[in-house]
Amino acid sequence: MNQFHLDPSIIETCRQDAFLIADEVLSMVEQHSTVSVERSVLRLIGVDGVNDLLEPLPNMMVDEVYHHGDLSKGISRYLASALFQSGLNLTEFQQAYLKGQVQLITPHLEDLDTCRNVLKPYLQKTFDRIAKNRDTRHRFLEKETPRTTDLYVIVATGNIHEDVIQAKAAAKAGADIIAVIRSTGQSLLDYVPYGITTEGFGGTYATQANFQIMRKALDEVSKEEGRYIKLVNYASGLCMPEIAAMAAIERLDVLLNDSMYGIIFRDINMKRTFIDQHFSRMINAKAGIIINTGEDNYLTTSDAIEEAHTVLASQFINEQFAFAAGLPEELMGLGHAFEIDPSVENSFLYELAQAQMAREIFPNAPLKYMPPTKHVTGNIFRAYQQNTLFNIVTQYTSQSIHLLGMMTEAIHTPFLQDRYLAIQNAKMIQTSMKSISEELVIKEDGLMANRAKKVLEDASLLLKQVKESTLFQALEQGVFAGVKRPQDGGKGLDGVFQKSPDYWNAALDLWEVSR
Amino acid sequence: MKLIRPYGDTSHDGKIQLSFTLPVHADGQGIEAAKRLATQLGLLNPQVVHAEDIHEGYAFFVVYASVKFDLDLDQIHVEEALTERKSREEIEVILQENFDRELVFVGASTGSDAHTVGIDAIMNMKGFAGHYGLERYRGIRAYNLGSQVKNEDFIRFAKKVNADVLLVSQTVTQKDVHIRNMVELVELLEAEKMRERVILIAGGARITHELAKELGYDAGFGPKSYAEDVALYAINRMIANKSKP
Ligand code: B12
Repeated sequence: MNQFHLDPSIIETCRQDAFLIADEVLSMVEQHSTVSVERSVLRLIGVDGVNDLLEPLPNMMVDEVYHHGDLSKGISRYLASALFQSGLNLTEFQQAYLKGQVQLITPHLEDLDTCRNVLKPYLQKTFDRIAKNRDTRHRFLEKETPRTTDLYVIVATGNIHEDVIQAKAAAKAGADIIAVIRSTGQSLLDYVPYGITTEGFGGTYATQANFQIMRKALDEVSKEEGRYIKLVNYASGLCMPEIAAMAAIERLDVLLNDSMYGIIFRDINMKRTFIDQHFSRMINAKAGIIINTGEDNYLTTSDAIEEAHTVLASQFINEQFAFAAGLPEELMGLGHAFEIDPSVENSFLYELAQAQMAREIFPNAPLKYMPPTKHVTGNIFRAYQQNTLFNIVTQYTSQSIHLLGMMTEAIHTPFLQDRYLAIQNAKMIQTSMKSISEELVIKEDGLMANRAKKVLEDASLLLKQVKESTLFQALEQGVFAGVKRPQDGGKGLDGVFQKSPDYWNAALDLWEVSR
Repeated sequence: MKLIRPYGDTSHDGKIQLSFTLPVHADGQGIEAAKRLATQLGLLNPQVVHAEDIHEGYAFFVVYASVKFDLDLDQIHVEEALTERKSREEIEVILQENFDRELVFVGASTGSDAHTVGIDAIMNMKGFAGHYGLERYRGIRAYNLGSQVKNEDFIRFAKKVNADVLLVSQTVTQKDVHIRNMVELVELLEAEKMRERVILIAGGARITHELAKELGYDAGFGPKSYAEDVALYAINRMIANKSKP
């Protein structure tokens, strides 16, 4: 498997530097929480529902304490005290809350032990459900022979019922993973929409009800096909940890969950993102959800040859953030992509080198490999050809999560036939080149080996440089994707707050006890 | 009159190819349905060269056929935003000769659209595919506000810097989300009595000059347009406006 014989000491230095980079950020994270973290705690406790204005209960409750109480103590104390004093159970309390008959802010907060006792049964119920979900997934998967590569396709009709038709068709044609792309703009909503949705732009709203519908449909196909079909959504944007909580509850299997994507591509404030990603990844670790990181996106705004090392550097950083949240390597779907301009001489060899390098540096990670997108044009025949090349790289380098390229990438979100043809393309490569990696060896000290070496060295230099400043400064300087973000700019900063010394997070508390 | 037909391998054979999915099975009836579709489109001799079930009750078809009419090329006229191309250096000379101040361009990917590569290609210093962006032009002050910029904020900024030219990039077009957003901007500009005072230009992969005009913009630019094109168009318009009484 190991062809490039990359210098292990450089790799080790990269990991150490990335550790220090992440560690510095995490000491800020430690001291803070966000409105979305607090809302996810409510969701884990079982708070759910909306008022007449379709405002979610978790938002109403957190907003109440944010404006009229002291959120720096955490939402858990408030809910526990209010529940305790009302004498109602959670369901009754929520109904009364919606009617305006009870409030979260009460004359005094109960002591910690009382609060713990009040919330424990509710949280335990959710945790049991999450554990059961893990078990269900495990039982499905242990019956199959593990695959080297899972074929991943997206559905994005905007209508969850239409998505179901497309998802089932894709699974039957051979897709192993289905992602429901979110509607344009959802990442900037500071709440999670509620209920079943049938209208979205460029995607379908991520809601708990939609998760449920798709999970059920995919379970049906899984049984019919004798193959577990994994479900993906996006824990990104302003509601990152809430989506993670909902996904854990509804047994999603994979979540897009990058530590920096929101900062770079959505202009979300960096503190907000770092705090949110940490809690969301803790939930993912608990739920056995594979995360997918978003390094592939860097190559849409910066050049894939010149900036290849930023992808690797970012993978190291994402890896450390993931470890810090308790995710094992087996759940780290680090991202990269086939985005070199195909008109560049030997571009295919550079792609192969990068992919093989990633495989060797992260041997246990279920790497997520993204298809050509940026250099895809309206010439669908050329796009099909690019996708074939991409499929060959995956076959040779054993990428784990292979996101299929669509011939209509430059035009629209995929048609039924686009997806089918893409799956056929990948299957043909998988069959016709089944043993290629055992048969063909990469030349020592050749163009590809030297390319991999160079990218690793450049990544190592970059990490050193970031370590010497800080990740915050690196983001201000536009190190990743060429996008610059000010520390105190971006969306969602007003939802970040410092924890007071008596801050209490009921979910974390119970995790720690059970760990 | 210049009459044309599609070209397969012989002049005037009129050959075209189609591919599509029908909610049918790839059986005799399904194939006949595909053929009828082509016939009703007015095509001659449709041949279903490929039929394949791609999902329960859905089949994919590839069809070859001929068209039976000529197009008169002389009857086809399109309005394009630009009829000539000039280099950045040439444009800078025009700027210098005609204006004694910097022209202000404000651009953004507006509404919920998060795509920046297109507007960056037009505006950023480094440009795109060997064409430098507007930020590099002597005689132009360019402000690129980035993506997901609300129309209100866009206008507020344009007002603040006294913009001459507004550049709107729209990439996501699904369910016509771009149209709503583009129209909203025009309405807001009108309400602010600003529409006449600025040159309003839209661009993006699915934007055409025709569409932009229809929505109340001065011009629209699609794929393969560069900073030179936009700059030249805007400058020509400003010069023309200046000479208006
Ligand atoms: C890169 C990319 C992204 C990146 C964007 C990164 C960034 N910071 O820009 C990321 C990954 C973030 C992204 C996200 C999404 N994307 Co996207 N993306 C693309 C991709 C691959 C390339 C677009 C691109 O950069 N092209 C290169 C530039 C240079 O070309 P251009 O924009 O056409 O610009 C040229 C001209 O049009 C013109 N021009 C452009 N703007 C302007 C403005 C003016 C004033 C002028 C004069 C000229 C001009 O000049 C430029 C240079 O010639 C395309 C697919 C493709 N290959 O086209 C999909 C694509 C555009 N994305 C798509 C979608 C749906 C999305 C999402 C909505 C998906 C989702 N549900 O989350 C999100 C966006 C969320 C949101 N809120 O908008 C769809 C759009 C479908 C449609 N027609 O509606 C596409 C076509 C992919 C697909 N098949 O689904 N995307």
